[in-house]
Amino acid sequence: MNDTPLQFRDPAQARELAATLARLVARLDRPAAVMHVCGSHEQAIAKFGLRSLFPKALDVIMGPGCPVCVTDVPEIDEGVLLAQQGVRLVTYGDMLKVPGTVRSLADAKADGATVDIIYSPRQAIEIARSTTEEVVFFASGFETTAVATAAVILDNPPPNFSVLSAHKYIPPVMEIVAEMPGSRIEGFLAAGHAASITGSAVFEPFVERHGVPVVIAGFEPMDILAALVELVELILAGTPRVVNMFPRCVSYEGNVPAQEQLWRVFRPIGGRWRGIAHVPNGNLRLRDEFAHVDARRRFTIDLPSLWDFAPPGLARQCICGDIMAGIRNPRDCRLFNRECVPENPIGACMVSSEGTCKIWHLYGDLTGLDVEATA
Amino acid sequence: MCLGVPGRVIEVREFTATVDFWGVRKEVRLDIVDEPVAPGDYILNHVGFAIRRIPPEAVDETMALYETLLAEAEDDDLMSADVRGEIEGTA
Repeated sequence: MNDTPLQFRDPAQARELAATLARLVARLDRPAAVMHVCGSHEQAIAKFGLRSLFPKALDVIMGPGCPVCVTDVPEIDEGVLLAQQGVRLVTYGDMLKVPGTVRSLADAKADGATVDIIYSPRQAIEIARSTTEEVVFFASGFETTAVATAAVILDNPPPNFSVLSAHKYIPPVMEIVAEMPGSRIEGFLAAGHAASITGSAVFEPFVERHGVPVVIAGFEPMDILAALVELVELILAGTPRVVNMFPRCVSYEGNVPAQEQLWRVFRPIGGRWRGIAHVPNGNLRLRDEFAHVDARRRFTIDLPSLWDFAPPGLARQCICGDIMAGIRNPRDCRLFNRECVPENPIGACMVSSEGTCKIWHLYGDLTGLDVEATA
Repeated sequence: MCLGVPGRVIEVREFTATVDFWGVRKEVRLDIVDEPVAPGDYILNHVGFAIRRIPPEAVDETMALYETLLAEAEDDDLMSADVRGEIEGTA
């Protein structure tokens, strides 16, 4: 494990790491693909032009690391229907433009539904306390964010408050990606802050089952380069294991009090992730004990009523699923930067600040480099 | 969205702390933090909740990273927008 503090945007060090990475990949003597599962990693890679430093034979793919992007179409439909039924829906800003089958929350809002943007579950509680209306918190995010939802549910919320959970759990989707037929993924970079909740230990059974190494990485460009060096070393050595290169944020056992609250409130169930697949244990839903706070059990949500009039749209051409599975990239999509732009997104990956398409739209995929590739 | 933002704890009440984020003071919940928190500690805030007490030896490095991130950011920068959103998420 490399505990040396790495400096931010140190060109000499970047070159050195890039050269090491190139040497290691050359020793592999074949093309290899690794995957990260974190929007913030992709932001850093794109923003700092890191792909220009990666050896050509190493494909660094963004997997399903954007919680908003993997929120499935029927989940958006549930939010749209609840808003149309007259509840006051509150949700994170990224959720508004995500396309549902027929419409988005932004469309529903434009037609008069009440949809408020919040930054914290606590604001949802404050809104509920300020009104007698039914307030539904449409909650998205991975385990890092689900723990905060769990905390407000456990903190005696007002009686007019409920939760429509679209929370997702990252470890199971890594299994799905690793098991996809023809998967080329030989190693994973795990996201530092999500792992701060679960701890590095959560990845050990995965490594054992799939023989694929996992390196936990920070968000700084040098962190990512150093983590890739470690990952390729593990691939070369044929000794798959979990390496924690973000110890200042991630411990072995993780945040135990947060895990306790998470699993007291939520249970993992199987469900679809948009564009990816059915992910066993990938969705976090409220346990029976919290049925009174569960919007799905509190309201009748008649999804087919919304689907009756669904016209086929450009969305059918969207390849977000393949992008998140690492099979294709945004440049392979005929809609990317044409019909599909952040102002008018066709696919969810163009909506969120953590979506691959939005990130590539803003930064390009290779631009912004001020360090020469040495490979 | 899962990035989080670090801040310095000014005052601690039972389940809430007053935390300073670059001169902006906000209330942060302590329900799910991993370690007991005291004034002077640094925590990582995500959507209005402290999700981790930053180990003292890691504080300087963590703050330097975020300062660079915010200082160099342009208005439409996605990472710094996420960080600013995290500061907004506190009351």
